[in-house]
Amino acid sequence: MIETLLTLQLPILIILAPLFAGFLTFGIGSFNKKLCAPITIVGTGLSLICAIQVLSQVQQKGPVHYFLGGWIPPIGIEYVVDHLNGMVLVLIAVVAFLTAIYSVKVVEKELSKRIHFFYTLFLFLVTGLMGITITGDAFNVYVLIEIAALSSYALLALGQKKSFFATFNYLIIGTIGACLYLLGVGFLLIQTGTLNMPDLAYQITLQPYSAAIFIAFILMVCGMFVKMAFFPAHGWLANAYASAPTAVGCLIAPLMTKVSVYVVIRVLFSIFSVSYVFDILNISNAVIVLAVAAIVVGSIYALMQQHFRKLCCYLIVAEIGYMMGGIFMGNANGFFGGTYHLIADALMTAALFMVAGAIYYKQGTLDIRKWAGLFKKMPITMTCFIFVACSMIGIPPTAGFFSKWYLISGALQAGHYLFMIALLFSSLINAVLFFRIIEYAYFGSFSSPNSHSQERSEAPLSMLLPLVLVIICMMVLGLYSQDILKYFIAPINPFLGN
Amino acid sequence: MKLIAGIIASILACLLISVAIELPRFGDPHSPANEYVASYYLENAYKDGHVPNVITSVLADYRSFDTMFETCVVFIAGVGIMAILFGTSKKSKHAVQIKSLPSNNSVIIQTATRFIVPMMQLFAFYVVAHGHYSPGGGFQGGVVLAASLILLALAFQLKGGLAFMSKKAMIGYATAGVLLYAGIGVVCMLYKADFLDYSALAYVLPSTDKVMARSHGMLGVEIGVTLTVMSILFGIYTQLASNGHMDEGL
Amino acid sequence: MANFNYIIVVIILCLGLWAMLSKKNLIKKCIGMAIFQTGIILFFISMGAKKGATIPIIQQGYGAHDVAHQAIQASHYANPLTQILMLTAIVVGVATLGMALSLVQRIFNFHGSIEEDEILNQ
Repeated sequence: MIETLLTLQLPILIILAPLFAGFLTFGIGSFNKKLCAPITIVGTGLSLICAIQVLSQVQQKGPVHYFLGGWIPPIGIEYVVDHLNGMVLVLIAVVAFLTAIYSVKVVEKELSKRIHFFYTLFLFLVTGLMGITITGDAFNVYVLIEIAALSSYALLALGQKKSFFATFNYLIIGTIGACLYLLGVGFLLIQTGTLNMPDLAYQITLQPYSAAIFIAFILMVCGMFVKMAFFPAHGWLANAYASAPTAVGCLIAPLMTKVSVYVVIRVLFSIFSVSYVFDILNISNAVIVLAVAAIVVGSIYALMQQHFRKLCCYLIVAEIGYMMGGIFMGNANGFFGGTYHLIADALMTAALFMVAGAIYYKQGTLDIRKWAGLFKKMPITMTCFIFVACSMIGIPPTAGFFSKWYLISGALQAGHYLFMIALLFSSLINAVLFFRIIEYAYFGSFSSPNSHSQERSEAPLSMLLPLVLVIICMMVLGLYSQDILKYFIAPINPFLGN
Repeated sequence: MKLIAGIIASILACLLISVAIELPRFGDPHSPANEYVASYYLENAYKDGHVPNVITSVLADYRSFDTMFETCVVFIAGVGIMAILFGTSKKSKHAVQIKSLPSNNSVIIQTATRFIVPMMQLFAFYVVAHGHYSPGGGFQGGVVLAASLILLALAFQLKGGLAFMSKKAMIGYATAGVLLYAGIGVVCMLYKADFLDYSALAYVLPSTDKVMARSHGMLGVEIGVTLTVMSILFGIYTQLASNGHMDEGL
Repeated sequence: MANFNYIIVVIILCLGLWAMLSKKNLIKKCIGMAIFQTGIILFFISMGAKKGATIPIIQQGYGAHDVAHQAIQASHYANPLTQILMLTAIVVGVATLGMALSLVQRIFNFHGSIEEDEILNQ
């Protein structure tokens, strides 16, 4: 009885585990700060187990539906888990669990008196992100976007003193993005009368030339563009994430922008169909131009940075350009590339921020010019850094190579040669960037004055283990890329004619 | 920046006004927004839950999951504001000095408050309890309760308000409220129904059928919302008014 | 003029958006945010209005059993769905405004000013 109970209720347990953990962390953790980290690790761990179970259920039997409150849609709210959902849920759960383990030492050092606030907001952010991913109701997405956003504003403001102004800017711009999305949902409601995603898809096919539906599309997609820091709304990202606490950066940077990309995929292919976006509206060219601009601007700004976390943030801006270009390309290879890159880039960004955090914890500086001799002092961390660098440049058989491969072949098929050139340009810039950092870190040891500090002072185990696990996940993603594409992304690829 | 902002705002305005002409007519009872799901709610809410107030019925039953996350938003706002204002330095060059003035101890205000606050709180309980039959519900009642506490804090200085509800009590009430809401949902799951499907409460509460179980479930959920909204809104006021220190306020 | 309510809502929205993006004082940006969110709330509420309808509380007859026997006509009552969505939006707006104000307090405590150009010049 417990077995069937658990199997049927898995979709909601994924959300309830971090939610209850969040309430308990605040209620109990305010009085006893030592219990915060264990509750967080247990909550995210349970969520990870449930997410993996749901993904295997989807793999065996097809999409899983869960009706909240027992009301069938469109009367009530519905949870739908298909392959895309399931993968992103597992991704969020993995990154959250590993960051929770990673954060134990770092939070004690940086945020010693505010530990209970950190873990409570951490768990609510994870709940919000998972809720955005799993829901099948357009208004529920807005409520959960706001949960994730409010938690992230408070988490980012826990950083250094100059983070307050950057967080305020992020708050203003994030509110604009979420409210534009809400306005889009309003236009959909006014024309169709329903909020349930499959129902909306059906109603839109009945009246595809309506002006309100067109405006709804523009508003929803532009709102999400603002939230994912897509060119030209990318200015807030670097300032907001650069002065955040280490563990906060490791959680927010890989996940928040990628979940906004997921929402765009849902809006594009589950609410508005392929024929609406690419045949009736024909906006593919306009978005690809913006994607090219995003890649070029992001790469050039990254090249100009000496502060490592700001560099990573501008790389995120460029990677979002890859994803948006792939999704709006209009053919199967582009969709493969964009979606695969969503998962690959989340893991790569998580690894980069974890490396940055480990170096900051031990050396106290994030200026890459001062990273002399790090290969001798922190060998495991820098080896992981080399793996990530290979993946970002696009060297086979890492995950980054396969996503670039599919993106380039999709661009060639669709005739977007400018996008292909931008991708190659970005790989070149990444190579220059990362080799420069490796040069500073490897060769600096002979000329630095304090040569007595050459002994190893590696980061603690609780920080190394999650980093190594993320690298292993990234390499597994790359080595098994064909299987992942065939079993997980191909069933939901709307261009493959199923 | 003013020019770019002006251009963006005017493009948005032109786009939206050009669509506004083609939307369904204002006040049309047969527009698509009013026809499909909303008319189902109006026609079946009383039959499904014995609650004449359709707003409460939709908020706490059909779309109760949205309301649970709305309560969480309030909770997160309280936690977040406490986190942001924690450790504001009193010795910084620009720290605001908050001092209570002697004229803040006005006899007239304090006596009037002593009469008004019990009436406000009684009215708030009425709004919550009668939310099934008249305009009201958890959020409205919680806000009136929070307003009564803020009135106490204004009349008797922040310390007087905090004597009524201390920081620990605020944390306790807020957590109890959201746990009550989510807990009712979990209890429904234990009786083989879906999350927040109140008809499963018919097995828990004595001598209720499935329809009345929904009505009682809605009331329980609204009480949870009231507790959280009351404590968090008062908490936000005390934090903002005292710059995070919770000792001297406006 | 047809659909004048939507035109007024659009004007409010765009005023709020312009204030959020162009003003330099942080409190004015918060006020712009509140105006923007008010515009959206008005949009949804006016979407659900029905001519000649009353509030969506089912009218009780002179006995409770009357309600069960009469058929309820949806066009007599205002649309409840939009009002509920906007309850959520109002609460979210209050929460965001509270957080913005606490951030402004912290910014003033550290920087000594709430004008954007003075803060950026520091």
